[in-house]
Amino acid sequence: MGELKDAPAILLLEDGTVFHGKAAGHIGTTTGEICFNTGMTGYQEIFTDPSYFGQLLVTTNAHIGNYGTKRSETESWSIKIAGLICKNFTWQYSRQQADTSIQEYFDDEKLVGISSVDTRAIVRHIRDKGAMNAIISSEILDVEELKKKLAEVPSMKGLELASKVTTKEAFTLGNPDAKYKVAVMDYGVKQNILNCFTERDCYVKVFPAKTTAEEVISWGADGYFLSNGPGDPAAMDYAVQTAKRLMEEDKPLFGICLGHQLLALSVDIPTYKMHNGHRGINHPVKNLLTGKSEITSQNHGFGVSPEAIYANEDKVEITHINLNDDTIEGIKIKGKNAFSVQYHPEASPGPHDARYLFDHFINLMEN
Amino acid sequence: MPKDTSIKSVLIIGSGPIIIGQACEFDYSGSQASRSLREEGIEVSLINSNPATIMTDSVTADHIYLLPLTVESIVQVLEDRQIDAVLPTMGGQTALNLAIEAGKLGVWEKYNIRLIGVDLDAIELAENREAFRQHMIDIGLKVAPSYIANSFLEGKDAAQKIGYPLVIRPSYTLGGTGGGFVHKAEEFDNALRRGLNMSPTHEVLVEKAVLGWKEFELELLRDANDNVIIICTVENLDPMGIHTGDSITVAPAMTLSDTAYQQMRDEAIQAMRSLGNFAGGCNIQFSQNPETEELIVIEINPRVSRSSALASKATGYPIAKIAAKLAIGYTLDELKNQITKTTSAYFEPTLDYVIVKMPRWNFEKFHGADHTLGLQMKSVGEVMGIGRNFQEALQKACQSLENNRMGLGADMKEWIKTSDILERLEKASEDRIFRLKDALRLGVPEKTIQKLTHIDPWFIKQIKDLVKKEQKLQRYNVAEDIPQAFFLELKQAGYSDSQIAWLLRIDEEEVTKQRKKLGIRRTYKIVDTCAAEFEAQTPYFYSTFDYENESIPTDKKKIIVLGAGPNRIGQGIEFDYCCVHGLLAIKEVGYEAIMVNCNPETVSTDFDMADKLYFEPVFWEHLEEILELEKPEGVIVQLGGQTALKLAQKFDEKGIKIIGTSYQSLDLAEDRGVFSDLLKELDIPYPRYGASSDADEALQIANEVGYPVLVRPSYVLGGQRMRIVINDDELERHVLSIFKHMPNNRVLIDQFLDRAKEAEIDAICDGDDVHIMGIMEHIEPAGVHSGDSSAVLPTYSLSVDAVNKMVEYTHKLAKALNIKGLINIQFAIKDDKVYVIEANPRASRTTPFIAKAYKVPYLKIATKVMMGTHKLRDFDIKPQPSGFAIKVPVFSFNKFPNVDKNLGPEMRSTGEEIRFIKDLSDPFFIELDRQRNMYLTR
Repeated sequence: MGELKDAPAILLLEDGTVFHGKAAGHIGTTTGEICFNTGMTGYQEIFTDPSYFGQLLVTTNAHIGNYGTKRSETESWSIKIAGLICKNFTWQYSRQQADTSIQEYFDDEKLVGISSVDTRAIVRHIRDKGAMNAIISSEILDVEELKKKLAEVPSMKGLELASKVTTKEAFTLGNPDAKYKVAVMDYGVKQNILNCFTERDCYVKVFPAKTTAEEVISWGADGYFLSNGPGDPAAMDYAVQTAKRLMEEDKPLFGICLGHQLLALSVDIPTYKMHNGHRGINHPVKNLLTGKSEITSQNHGFGVSPEAIYANEDKVEITHINLNDDTIEGIKIKGKNAFSVQYHPEASPGPHDARYLFDHFINLMEN
Repeated sequence: MPKDTSIKSVLIIGSGPIIIGQACEFDYSGSQASRSLREEGIEVSLINSNPATIMTDSVTADHIYLLPLTVESIVQVLEDRQIDAVLPTMGGQTALNLAIEAGKLGVWEKYNIRLIGVDLDAIELAENREAFRQHMIDIGLKVAPSYIANSFLEGKDAAQKIGYPLVIRPSYTLGGTGGGFVHKAEEFDNALRRGLNMSPTHEVLVEKAVLGWKEFELELLRDANDNVIIICTVENLDPMGIHTGDSITVAPAMTLSDTAYQQMRDEAIQAMRSLGNFAGGCNIQFSQNPETEELIVIEINPRVSRSSALASKATGYPIAKIAAKLAIGYTLDELKNQITKTTSAYFEPTLDYVIVKMPRWNFEKFHGADHTLGLQMKSVGEVMGIGRNFQEALQKACQSLENNRMGLGADMKEWIKTSDILERLEKASEDRIFRLKDALRLGVPEKTIQKLTHIDPWFIKQIKDLVKKEQKLQRYNVAEDIPQAFFLELKQAGYSDSQIAWLLRIDEEEVTKQRKKLGIRRTYKIVDTCAAEFEAQTPYFYSTFDYENESIPTDKKKIIVLGAGPNRIGQGIEFDYCCVHGLLAIKEVGYEAIMVNCNPETVSTDFDMADKLYFEPVFWEHLEEILELEKPEGVIVQLGGQTALKLAQKFDEKGIKIIGTSYQSLDLAEDRGVFSDLLKELDIPYPRYGASSDADEALQIANEVGYPVLVRPSYVLGGQRMRIVINDDELERHVLSIFKHMPNNRVLIDQFLDRAKEAEIDAICDGDDVHIMGIMEHIEPAGVHSGDSSAVLPTYSLSVDAVNKMVEYTHKLAKALNIKGLINIQFAIKDDKVYVIEANPRASRTTPFIAKAYKVPYLKIATKVMMGTHKLRDFDIKPQPSGFAIKVPVFSFNKFPNVDKNLGPEMRSTGEEIRFIKDLSDPFFIELDRQRNMYLTR
């Protein structure tokens, strides 16, 4: 390590805006929907979070890579973001417990990135214009050619992506003799969600996204879990049907992020694509049941329609709201054992303020 | 929980005079708290003895009590006014100690006063080392192994159990006073004795030294509903062992993974929640073992602290302002983010830039002081650099220090002897970061440096990268040769044009010209708490070299006020007071007020003071870019002390208008020769003097002038290196020492008016009229620096004749110098003859003091006069004198045990207090006057 590589790279946005920077990671071309995350720690957890599948990620933190990468701090077995856009890509890291530098990590995983661009200008741009597709390339430096490639990328709206990141085969995790059995519907589940269950004396079985409800039910779980994941929930009718069916079992049902949206859809509350979404580890949420607030880790580009909930208060109760923009952060299905949150109580990265939700789920199974 | 409506009137306790470890950050917190409470319709009373503060100004609070910080004064306030609650967390340890003392004496109970924003038991727990340690263990957090000792024997016993190296931490002391590392058994006895003596309870903690562990600080806020948020995480570049106040610190943390950080966050929240029940700010320090990532808690300050001021400036989140609202019952989720004004105050700020805080030391003022950095804070001020990467922030901080560094080295001041450098790496002192770079430049391996300094390899690698850039740059001969991309890379790494010029051995002008030709210009970004996720409403900017510029100049007429940079001896909080009033005056006359300053402790760098704040070094290159972007009507240099004034020449050369007194007049007053000619012409007496540039000439002059003489370099601050010498031998020694330390400087030799009285006048002149703001007589005789003298307003022993003469000379001089704005003139009076010693064509240290004593907004008046929008006759100035006001200097000598405490021509006080007395029979005055006689007999 030493001399900075100076290979040029280009970032082109759907609206024609171009940023010139330096290549980071693998030399190549990549496309996806551009989004930004404001966290100051936890880049590796973010890169490997399956919910980011298909997205070009702008990290707003000034430096990325300072503490290298560590094999145990991943949320899935591989990098899930489609590309990285950052200000300072730090080749030289310092952490005695780390395994490799971020550059080596990206090289191994063939991840394309761009650095030395004005990430703040990009964030301000997409903050105003909204989420859009983009292309990064460190091999094609002709903007016109990139435009052609970018035109072929489908819009995130209406895109079903969960089936691309879900497990191929069902698998189990934890101690088979544990007190509770939890069936996890995997739409791109984060490793730490599974850890949060196994740490709480749960035996977990993770099912592929399109497993039928009957097959899941036949396993005999004490509770069901709808996982996080990428893509537009409105394009996941199969999952909505599964959620409906699981809810009929009247066992505790818990949803996180995409799982939250699917739960809402299962009681006919529609979802919508947000202007920019929430991505970061500093989002303020108020628990309306306790009056207390919590700092949360978030990553979502779709939300649950508040209007529809207010019109259906007989069916759905709002349990959590976002203090910045009053968006819906948590719901409870009335008369059912089902609840969900839009944010990530498992954190990783991010604060542990909302871990109590897992305890709550366990309590429901206990009763 | 909404606001508690039973609180209608609050008393805020200030922190008193500036001392090392407790500086103007508490003026910032107190002012913010006061404004925050007044916003809520609460009547605010404020007690503080420091007249140089904004908090003690009628613009800040409803009722000001400029009284000594004693229980008697508190009782006086409570007798005078109906107070519902007292907020003691904004005035540092001083305010807390006073609150505790008053509480013990039953004062709060007697007057039925609630203490808000604080839990005294929590304070007690955090301050009592042993109780704190036990408490942390009880809640399951780790601490360094340690034993408490109340006697010498117990201390020895503890040392035996723990082994070396170890740390001694006295209980209940400020800024680590009396504490220190002990590496060897031989050093232990002295260190233990000192520690026991310094502790008011005669108690020390003997603790295992975790040398080489990393140090982090978290700033937290908690509300009455027990919601806790982390405002800022700061990483100390200097590892465990150097007081945070003396450490270079960086935010956000640079080398912390999410797993490590979240553990720290969890523990911090747990610790804060376990400490009593109060709503407000808190600071927690952790240490991390870099190998195992094990954490230990070092200490907790359950109040607003120096670090809160830094965290506020670093993130944009106004901690004191919000803490004050939490103290009166609000919860965080009910409040708005003060920067975006649309999102919630309950959130954790996120940065898309890097800040580096660097301490500013003043060892040259304390001859014989031990420069070694350790557990006890020794710096007198600090600066903050903001950049888009660590290197840029670090170099901007260096450029802000005002010690003639152009950045992190590359400025002719490098060391070249490896052995000296290595010694300085091991024994940290004020220049370690510069020596670290020297070592890398000379090829010392990173590992060796890491072993000597324990600084994290990441920082060392970053500095190594700078060295590599410099080596690459030196391959070029002229500025035109530097490729555009590399030039930009250098600028993005924080290099000033003058550093690039030095590395290429070419003129700075040449570099600047080429840079501009290539279009490499600064862009400005907003500090917005949220990394641009939401739109910010506050104009708080820093510069960098990036694609988009967010600072869009308005078409309003605007004026730039230059700040005073870091606090140091001779230039402190009083100039911040002046700058803030300047800003207010500019706004009042309808101009846009723009502030440039780099001191994070100040009120002037609060984002809601100026219309626009540039948090930038007060350094020519940075200023030039702001000027070219903003195109202001002019620049005010009279308010920011010598820092701002000395930039006047550059402005004049570049054709930038200086508001008020012209550069020619400013220069005339500073140039001893020309100024004396002017005095002669005006028939004003002055001490005989001469200027020389070598020792022979100096000897000749001294003999002509006659011993004793006052010797000093020209153009210095606070009487730096100024001495009174009585014979040729002494003169020669001192003159040579000046030339050695300050080459290319001239030496001034003045007749010393032995046993003379000193006095000074501050005045405003509008070109036609002169208004005398105040006439002060010093209690100490000539020979003691005016900043170290007790000044009595008005005069108390000088004859009417002498006073009339001083007034007459002031009128004459102000007009002759064509002053538009402020002037301060220093006089010596001997045998009733009045001599003019010097004239300062700017706001002086005493201007805020007079404004407070007479209750006249003199700084606003002076600013409007400078701007030419007003004449003196437009104001109805009605001073409200009452008896005498005395400005009393305050020292921080207890930080430097081996330093000579006698006063002389070189200023050494760190702060000041105001005392009002009815008449000269006041015992306080009698005591001061008695001390004067001691000086005379010396």
